[in-house]
Amino acid sequence: MSNETEKHVSYLDYKGEYKGIFAWIFSTDHKRIALLYLYAIVTFFFVGAILGLMMRFELAAPGETIVKPQTYNGLFTVHGVIMIFMVVIPGLSAVFGNFLLPLHIGAKDVAFPKLNRFSWWIFIVGSIMAIMTQFLRQGPPDTGWTFYAPYSTSTGTSVILATSAAFVLGFSSILTGLNFIVTIHRMRAPGMKFFNMPLFPWSIYAASWIQLLATPVVGITLIMLIFERLFGIGFFNPELGGDPLLFQHLFWIYSHPAVYIMILPAMGVITEIIPTFCQQKVYGYKAIAISSLAIAGVGFLVWGHHMYTSGMSEQARWFFSLLTFVVAVPSAIKVFNWILTMYKGSIDLKPPFLYALFFIFLFIIGGTTGLILGAVATNIQVHDTAFVVAHFHYIIFGGMGFAFFAAIHYWFPKIYGTMYNIKRANFGAILLFIGFNLLYFPQFIIGYQGMPRRYYDYLPQFQWGQILSTIGGVVLFAALIVMVANLVKGAKKGEPAPANPWHGSTLEWTIPSPPSLENFDTDPVVKKNPYDYNSGI
Amino acid sequence: MSNHENHTHVHRDDEAQKLGMWLFIFTELLLFGGLFLVYSIFRAQYPENFHESSLELSVTLGVINTVILLVSSMSVAIALTAVQKSNYKLAKLMLLLTVALALAFMVNKYFEWGAKFHHGLYPGSELMQLLDRGHHLYFSLYFFMTGLHALHIIIGVILLLISYVKINKGKVVSDNFMHLENAALYWHLVDLIWIFLFPLLYLIS
Repeated sequence: MSNETEKHVSYLDYKGEYKGIFAWIFSTDHKRIALLYLYAIVTFFFVGAILGLMMRFELAAPGETIVKPQTYNGLFTVHGVIMIFMVVIPGLSAVFGNFLLPLHIGAKDVAFPKLNRFSWWIFIVGSIMAIMTQFLRQGPPDTGWTFYAPYSTSTGTSVILATSAAFVLGFSSILTGLNFIVTIHRMRAPGMKFFNMPLFPWSIYAASWIQLLATPVVGITLIMLIFERLFGIGFFNPELGGDPLLFQHLFWIYSHPAVYIMILPAMGVITEIIPTFCQQKVYGYKAIAISSLAIAGVGFLVWGHHMYTSGMSEQARWFFSLLTFVVAVPSAIKVFNWILTMYKGSIDLKPPFLYALFFIFLFIIGGTTGLILGAVATNIQVHDTAFVVAHFHYIIFGGMGFAFFAAIHYWFPKIYGTMYNIKRANFGAILLFIGFNLLYFPQFIIGYQGMPRRYYDYLPQFQWGQILSTIGGVVLFAALIVMVANLVKGAKKGEPAPANPWHGSTLEWTIPSPPSLENFDTDPVVKKNPYDYNSGI
Repeated sequence: MSNHENHTHVHRDDEAQKLGMWLFIFTELLLFGGLFLVYSIFRAQYPENFHESSLELSVTLGVINTVILLVSSMSVAIALTAVQKSNYKLAKLMLLLTVALALAFMVNKYFEWGAKFHHGLYPGSELMQLLDRGHHLYFSLYFFMTGLHALHIIIGVILLLISYVKINKGKVVSDNFMHLENAALYWHLVDLIWIFLFPLLYLIS
């Protein structure tokens, strides 16, 4: 080996104790673990997307189109379980949190590398359990991803395996969150105060607290559900003296904050991308940092807005409604700050920035329709309709999903050390945006007109919207293939990328692409705000 | 192909270890917190039934188990201080005492549960299905909560035994005792949860 390569061995080429695939699954390097999560999650995403596409084809015409009603119930349940527990919740925090958190704060790894590896292992175990529900004799669960009691206590489908899978996946999520909190508290580079950190670690920090504090509640709830099924206990079954509303409360105490587990890191990604492609200091650094914590804090107190029609006192309803409006304020602060960061910036319309713009557009639609759902009166009109489906897909897919694509296009050169084709990436992004809106926007309209969610059959008057959605689904899927193909080609045969292709100012751009095993050859010392573009390029 | 030189230096941060354990303890508290919530709702709904059912439990056994766990928390604390003062013999003795007390707790629990099983009172039994709703829920919660707590006792004992082995091997020493400190922290948590379970289940008036 020459001296050159001896000096810099990237984490991708590093040869350690283990060989071949074991060099990856036994690695404790945060960057390798991040890629393991990436490949697993992208695979699960496509499984979930194909299930979703099958639902779209089924709904293209009223009555039976391609599957039987029971299969359809299995499709929307497993689509939800996979997408929520295996894709969007771990997505940004496990992939980009793992890869970038240590780089952003100038550390060599996370605080507990072995625990990190363990988290991935149990993530895979939980995922295999969830996918196995498809193939058991009892058939896939048909309760919806929410597992509402009392139906979930009595259906003959494989609910026990599915909830166990969710429990195991939750445990993985808790350990990842714990690891990140300790990492941020203990491993920041000399000179890096909390208010010197880039804003992505801030968002990961807020999301990690939610992962840590909310997940145990749903964990114990799912275990109670399993015992209820095994031993005929009546915690949630009214016939045995239990209370199904209690299940809904316990479920949403976790599952509403879970929305913020996915959207906070997404906001963090966008906050990194916008200053870089505008070459402008981020507007209102402290406001963005603190709004992350505010969203995490208030987000714990709004779960009741999922249950306006379930039976709740009038006081509880206006209380939850008020808090829902309050939690929208810090999100709006972020949107204003992103847009003000662009003001008078020198904007460079590269794929990551394009995705970030789409994110803001879709997030505003998703967020404001969330307020329609958060207000009690309008909620009653659109509760459990396709309007809700459209709303949360705008937030989860349009928000978290587009942020994920923005992140992969932004940090791709750092991860692989090569560059993808920019034009093709832009084309993929625009096609994705068109397909996405074609798929989900009609659902707002037919939902408002009364199309219920999760229904197998529908009145002919809704067919125009369902057909547009199905076409949108096909366009979206094609766009995903364009995007992934371009990225795979870029990783394999792309031009070598420089250390700092986008002229970013955070620490990860100061080291070679791809980074070495221990990230920083000399420990960085931080003296300034992370978004300092005034010193000139 | 030759391996690259292993640069990974040993990075030790006791504060991080302790912070990690405290965070994990938060999650455990929330796990039981969900159960306490369910308990309080059903107790408010069926106060009479909960009171009658609790009379079936032996307060004496409960008190003995409470004392056992309180003493075991003390012995594990002594073990930690002993390690800090390099008195490894005392530390190991105290760890064994802690484990013995934990086993005594489990034996008591075995007799308590065994008596209930003997009377046909166990989750999923025919008798349970015939009970009033409040009684049924009380005993379901009783088995669920004490069972989950017993699982935590077992995990705690395993952690303490690993600490014991580490003291033997000289890996837990007076200037590097985080493993024992974390195991002890976890043990105090197990104790603390019992302090809540005991009055909630045994002393309903």
